[in-house]
Amino acid sequence: MATLSAEFTLPLRSFALDLALDVGRTVALVGPSGAGKTSVLRAVAGLARPASGRIALDGETWFDADRGLFLHPDERRVGLVFQEYALFPHMSVRQNVAYAGKERADELLERFRITSLAKAHPTELSGGERQRVALARAIARDPGVLLLDEPLSALDAHTKAAVRGELQELLRELALPTLLVTHDYEDAASLADEVGVIVDGRLRQLASPQELVAQPADAFVASFTGANLLRGTASRAGQDLTRVQLESGEVIYSTDEAEGFVSAVVYPWEISVGREHQADSALNVIEAEVRSVVHVAHRVRVQIGPVIAEVTQASVDKLGLVTGARAVASFKATGTRLVPYA
Amino acid sequence: MQRLLLGFALFLAILVAFAFLVLPVVAIFTHVGPGTLVDQLSNPVVHDAVIVTLKTTLVAQAAILLFGTPTAWFLATRRFPGRSVLVTLVELPFVLPPAVAGIGLLVAFGRVGLLGSTFEFLHIDIAFSWVAVVLAITLVASPLYVRQAIAAFEAVDPNLVAASRTLGAGPVRTFFRVALPLARGGLAAGEALCLARSIGEFGATIMFAGSLQGRTQTLTLAVYQEFDSNFDTALAISALLVLVSLAILLALKLSALWQPSRQSSPSRFALLRST
Repeated sequence: MATLSAEFTLPLRSFALDLALDVGRTVALVGPSGAGKTSVLRAVAGLARPASGRIALDGETWFDADRGLFLHPDERRVGLVFQEYALFPHMSVRQNVAYAGKERADELLERFRITSLAKAHPTELSGGERQRVALARAIARDPGVLLLDEPLSALDAHTKAAVRGELQELLRELALPTLLVTHDYEDAASLADEVGVIVDGRLRQLASPQELVAQPADAFVASFTGANLLRGTASRAGQDLTRVQLESGEVIYSTDEAEGFVSAVVYPWEISVGREHQADSALNVIEAEVRSVVHVAHRVRVQIGPVIAEVTQASVDKLGLVTGARAVASFKATGTRLVPYA
Repeated sequence: MQRLLLGFALFLAILVAFAFLVLPVVAIFTHVGPGTLVDQLSNPVVHDAVIVTLKTTLVAQAAILLFGTPTAWFLATRRFPGRSVLVTLVELPFVLPPAVAGIGLLVAFGRVGLLGSTFEFLHIDIAFSWVAVVLAITLVASPLYVRQAIAAFEAVDPNLVAASRTLGAGPVRTFFRVALPLARGGLAAGEALCLARSIGEFGATIMFAGSLQGRTQTLTLAVYQEFDSNFDTALAISALLVLVSLAILLALKLSALWQPSRQSSPSRFALLRST
């Protein structure tokens, strides 16, 4: 698979974007709004010209400040899906897709299940449909890199869950280097192999979602990447409970309804830690080895098996939590949310 | 009682306003019978003026669209120091008294003007030719189109233009397939206003091009000339111009409907299409 490497500085209104990253599979940049996330995509797409640096897709150099090289967006093999999709309002769905590539239009309409909408205009479509059209249009150009700007934020909560699943499947099928930006850590963690936290134009940390939660580089990253995401398979368990067989071997329960592949979302501060299993209301109990103990601001993040719990220093001292010790993490089924994972 | 009085006063005010606006137009058609008006239209003066007006207006509109559209696109999409100065310069002829525009044209392009010797060398004599009419119309009427065109292009979502580029379209294809279709309603409205102003042009034309029948005498100039010699002919031409103006106004109203829907807001077209 190709690799996009981008290393550049781009002066923005109140700060300068300054980052370096290699995108092999799917990388998500998360950060608060105004962090410069969209500008990263604009620079890679050629819609903004960085002051210095270099952007290249394998052997193809798209931008090189030292050589004075700057390819325009139409000269870069890039598929950019805009936040509000930017579908051409004066064209039908089919015309939108064919705009980027006539030959593949019908095939792509079929693939994205929008053949029946071919003659419709963007204003007549739902949010999810618009996104499918925007993706089909971006792919019609046969890009070497896919750029997604807040792919899920324009959707209502109900549509979002379904679209997230579709998107995961699509990204896996396409096997293109993909750079997406979002302000929602959960979206980032569910879609990407690597997540970068970006604040004021700088990349604070770039790591797998698990690593970010377990070992945040700083307090901001810690607060931003709140949740544990545990992948597994969901099935109905009766009594309004869903049973999730985790990939790591454990079984947990949730009050959310789901079936099939899911990510269970548990916030570290909702997990209590002990040395032994105690009978209480928490339905989910994971007994495992302590893998890491990391201090974050005034709290301590303890990784027990697959989950990270957040506790006070006093608790760590009282329980004698050190790497390698056995510990029990327990959390409630009501505090365990399930999001689809394709 | 007080409310009744107030209502009556309002009614009276509206009546006066409408009467004042409509009466001159109605009078043109009623002063002599419609038969006389139609008869007067066969006057060779009218015939010649129609030809001159058609020729000069069409050439001027072509020039305005050809030069004004790219200028407007440039001014609407680029931000650079001095941009507002350029926009002001484009708007200047719009507020300039037409007689001043005429004098300006004379001293710029006339025989004794700034470029006069150059034109003489090339054996081009512009003043008092149909080309002079075109120049006068273009100078005075073009700001109406260019101003509106800048606004129309500024209203095109820059993301749509950017999207076009990332989909592999170069600047030319982007302009013709995305920017132009999306701005077309505004461009048409600007062109309608510009056309109306072109046909009504008087001051600059008479200063720079004169009023020579069959050469530079447009319909508007013919009204003024016939006003002394043959009042019925002046009335007939005026009636004709009222109808043309009404047609342009109608076109202006229709151009608003021609605007393709914007993505962000549901449009009447979406409703129409689904019914």
